[in-house]
Amino acid sequence: MDKMPKWADIALIPFLNLLIAFVLSGLVIFAIGENPFKALMTMIDGAFGSTYGWGYTLYYTTNFIFTGLAVSIAFKAAMFNIGGEGQAMIGGLGVGIACLFIPAVLMPHWTIALVFAMIAGAIFGAGWALIPAYLQAKRGSHVVITTIMFNFIATALMGYLLIGPLKLKSAQESASASFPDVTNLPTLHEVLAPLGISFSKSAPANVSLFIALAMCVVVYLLMNRSRLGYEIRAFGESPTASVYAGISPTKIIIIAMMLSGAISGLMAINATMGQHERLILNAVEGAGFIGIAVALMGRNHPFGVLLAALLFGFLYQGGSELSLWSKIPRELIVVIQGLVILFTGALDNMVRMPVERMFIAAAKRKDA
Amino acid sequence: MDFLTIIQIADSALRLATPLLFACLAGLFSERAGIFDIGLEGKILASAFMSAAIAFVTGSVWLGLLCGVFASISFSAVHGMASITFRGNQLISGVALNFLASGITVLAAQAWFGQGGRTPPLMGGGRFLPIELPFALGKSDAEAAGVPLRILIEQANPIQQVYSEFISGHTVLVYVALLMVPLSWFVLFRTRFGLRLRAVGENPAAVDTAGVSVIKLRYAAMLIAGILCGLSGVYLATGLGAGFIKEMSAGRGYIALAALIFAKWRPVTALGATFLFGLLEAIANRYQNIDLGGIVIPVQFMQALPYILTVVILAGFVGSSVAPKAGGQPYVKER
Repeated sequence: MDKMPKWADIALIPFLNLLIAFVLSGLVIFAIGENPFKALMTMIDGAFGSTYGWGYTLYYTTNFIFTGLAVSIAFKAAMFNIGGEGQAMIGGLGVGIACLFIPAVLMPHWTIALVFAMIAGAIFGAGWALIPAYLQAKRGSHVVITTIMFNFIATALMGYLLIGPLKLKSAQESASASFPDVTNLPTLHEVLAPLGISFSKSAPANVSLFIALAMCVVVYLLMNRSRLGYEIRAFGESPTASVYAGISPTKIIIIAMMLSGAISGLMAINATMGQHERLILNAVEGAGFIGIAVALMGRNHPFGVLLAALLFGFLYQGGSELSLWSKIPRELIVVIQGLVILFTGALDNMVRMPVERMFIAAAKRKDA
Repeated sequence: MDFLTIIQIADSALRLATPLLFACLAGLFSERAGIFDIGLEGKILASAFMSAAIAFVTGSVWLGLLCGVFASISFSAVHGMASITFRGNQLISGVALNFLASGITVLAAQAWFGQGGRTPPLMGGGRFLPIELPFALGKSDAEAAGVPLRILIEQANPIQQVYSEFISGHTVLVYVALLMVPLSWFVLFRTRFGLRLRAVGENPAAVDTAGVSVIKLRYAAMLIAGILCGLSGVYLATGLGAGFIKEMSAGRGYIALAALIFAKWRPVTALGATFLFGLLEAIANRYQNIDLGGIVIPVQFMQALPYILTVVILAGFVGSSVAPKAGGQPYVKER
């Protein structure tokens, strides 16, 4: 045997990577003079201790499922889309425009409003990914740098729109008018009440969660059961070989990036339509970037992304509770996110090589 | 716009270009050796924080500089470990380090100073102060003449204006950055080390065959990149600004990479490219809303302009450039 068993590859290695990242995060907390175990307890209690906590955890999870899936699709095509943040922001703009400007007669019910919003969010998100995608495919401009630049440009654009054309004149802050009531999505409280389950009224988790779960299935089918998914994966594995198979690199890069942008844009149905119910600056709250950690941790598989999104939902909600009850600021989550990306993404071999050697040595001993 | 205004904008452009120039040269060494360094941004931020924090605590900007550069080198070392020793994905490593820097600087700033993720403002010896070159108009001349310095410069002849405004009156790091340009050129193109470094970015196997260690060369490149990037952060926090502010790097690491591509991986052109970005930022700072015959360009557009220009440059509308061939690929020694 010259390889390690599959379970080690998909479970043991990620677990060890994650463990290192968390131990280091604990050391960071210790270094700034707080107790890491107490911090962990506060986080668990804040994220899972009540239906209110669960409501926020699941709300963030929903965001991260969308952005994680988005990054993973691009990864499959060997594209590193760091523009999820900007794409989700502009997707939010699409959702906002749909909610604010589609006349009420066309939207008699929230389900129809949701369909409109999803279409608009996806188109806007995909559109924001189009230019970097085109430039990568046609001019070879590095998609990593262009998507980051588009994040900055998206921030400036939203800033302009929300203190200019889209701003509610009577309000002090930079925000649009509130969306009409019909576009408000049912929260988990409203969904679960008929089933006799009581759930916090003030938590933001809403029906978008189910859309996100459905997206996991859709992305799985698309990537593993469709011709397009096959072409994307083939291109990602070996661009040169896929050209011989008649796959057009330009087409795959643009389609994969636009799909990625569209799913990032869909995040806005959760944040903009489900939670804020109006356009605000920074509705995305870094979810686009967390998508990178989620995709890497989830090994670019929709089910893995789901689990990783839940973990980061916990970290995010736990982290904000922690910032309320201790001196540890919310940026702790950015540190954890960085460490997770570093150890699961870049330093993977640091764990993989010794573990692999161990398994091979063990197998040899057995043979002998 | 009169002559003096142009000089003043150029002066401000030079200051704003300095952190970009350091970072761009850092990227130059790294990429010439075949290692993509998206992590410039994080290194700038880490160094900016460390230098400001130490300069505030000790009151010595030089100690701040040392610690800032050390922070940047540590980040470089992790990037080197990930991309050279463990052959990981260099883009992912860079992005991870950027997040790490962005989070840990705020965390540490909050823990040490409790001012919402920034350091207290630096004063006196905690900052790099402008150096007045000989014969330039300065404070003492203004006192002797009994008029404010601004008026004195306005009345001076154009050559004196250029000299006093544009050339004189910068902090030492600006001059260091400018010196780094010919120095980098010399090291890369006129020394044996530079030749090998460039070779390792084009064809590491050939370098290995010649009996030179690819790994050592690439780590050396990471060390140089760490030092240069560190100086970028130090200048940002203690020269250009007066203290560390959350996310103060504001994409400069990425812009430096774009400038590097624009400069076709050459030091002298890097000076021009970064000066162009500095100029853009200087204009955006000076003119908040530009009125073009009835059409007002909003301030947000001016702020986004460096980022838009970065995309335009990357799109290659300004001529194509060829990257080092082995960029981004880990080297696996044959057995």
